[in-house]
Amino acid sequence: MSELKLKDLYDGFRDPATIRMLSAQIGEAAKALHEPLRIMEVCGGHTHTIMKYGLPQLLPDNIDFIHGPGCPVCIMPKERIDHAIALARMDDTILVTLGDMIRVPGSQSSLAVERAAGRDIRPLYTPMDALKIAKEHPDKRVIFFAIGFETTTPMTAALLHAAIAQKVTNLYFHINHVLVPPAIDAIMSDGRAKINAFIGPSHVSVITGAKIYAPLPEKYGTPVVVCGFEPVDVMQGILMAVRQQAEGRAELEIEYSRSVTMEGNVKAQQLIDTYLRARSHFRWRGIGDIPDSALELKPEFAHLDAEKVFAEVLPTEPIDDHKLCICGTILKGLAKPMECKVFGTACTPNTPLGSCMVSSEGACNAYYRYAGVLG
Amino acid sequence: MCLSIPSKVVSVDREKNTAVVDTMGVKREAGLDLMEEGSVNVDDYVLIHIGFVMNKIDEEDALESLKVYHEILAKMDEEERSRVVLEDDNCENRGTP
Ligand code: SF4
Ligand code: SF4
Repeated sequence: MSELKLKDLYDGFRDPATIRMLSAQIGEAAKALHEPLRIMEVCGGHTHTIMKYGLPQLLPDNIDFIHGPGCPVCIMPKERIDHAIALARMDDTILVTLGDMIRVPGSQSSLAVERAAGRDIRPLYTPMDALKIAKEHPDKRVIFFAIGFETTTPMTAALLHAAIAQKVTNLYFHINHVLVPPAIDAIMSDGRAKINAFIGPSHVSVITGAKIYAPLPEKYGTPVVVCGFEPVDVMQGILMAVRQQAEGRAELEIEYSRSVTMEGNVKAQQLIDTYLRARSHFRWRGIGDIPDSALELKPEFAHLDAEKVFAEVLPTEPIDDHKLCICGTILKGLAKPMECKVFGTACTPNTPLGSCMVSSEGACNAYYRYAGVLG
Repeated sequence: MCLSIPSKVVSVDREKNTAVVDTMGVKREAGLDLMEEGSVNVDDYVLIHIGFVMNKIDEEDALESLKVYHEILAKMDEEERSRVVLEDDNCENRGTP
């Protein structure tokens, strides 16, 4: 089998002529800027596109990218991963989850290490498979460690809905769904990152609608452009943001109109509202506590809530990252990966010290892979 | 990472509330739990995410992006193609913004 990876496919979406044209237009529009434009891209997918295509080099000096907290793996605090490990260590338990989460280190171990040690931990292709596993193993409890931003939340809600409707009683939920707007708000009200425009990720908005960003232009005077993931999309989104700034406008615009609307997927939103509600506090790895920035099961579903049902096995101490790791500062938009002392030396994708290097969407990982530091 | 290749609905099972979709020649099943009843029909173009139909895409837009994907995918063999399609849907962190 060849080593073709999905990311290589991006090359096909890079139409050099279009990108050059956009680059020239941005350069022209940027001449009218009164102050440098510091654009935060919230999503790790955008960070990758930006680094992989060297987009910063195609932009005038007065435009800079600030990388945001947009990766559900990067922002997962160690104590939540410790929860997953503690749950997986219980007898007669199958822990199921999505993606990269399995590799992320907790305080002492990771789900991958636990699995190698014989715990039944399974990655899922779709959350619905959790239901199948629960039915196949009526003598075990199956715990779904649910992660993700607004994009994956409705799938968890759909699983809850199906489990309840089908009267499956051995499936439990550990909910770690986080919300984008409160995180942006936390970064903006902190004030140090001095961000004056955003490109918003399109997949969140497919579900929530672009409307979730509406308060930002009003509150902070920053343009927001909801943007797709191909390099052409990102360049187009930047152009839209520059034009807004140059013309003294601060509005919410949609670049990715092919699948994003203002309203989003209303049915999905209703499904979420049926089962989940805002959690009063959630500690974001590196950033710290942000009120109302995550979801939890509503009290009437407490009997399905792994945090409640298995509370006695769950550790409660907050745990910080490695002392040298500056992921938190990076996630707040205050530093770039290269400013970390151990970047590329003690910390690499194979030996990650912090989550920004573990996750394939993390800023440190993107810099390592694409910023020419591979030697 | 999300390329989000548009998929075409081949059949709908109202009983199970699922659809079979075709993504660049790769067929798979996706749940319709996030879509209004009756809103997804054969021949519609949709976006799939971790086993669910997430929304519909305008046909014109879908065809436009499929043209680009086809050119790239034409260069791959069958096995590679299905791997790439599944990998796209399975974007590990999607759920991110
Ligand atoms: S390079 Fe490693 S240690 Fe440094 S900030 Fe990034 S993840 Fe943390
Ligand atoms: S999965 Fe999420 S993080 Fe990954 S590219 Fe897609 S939207 Fe971004």
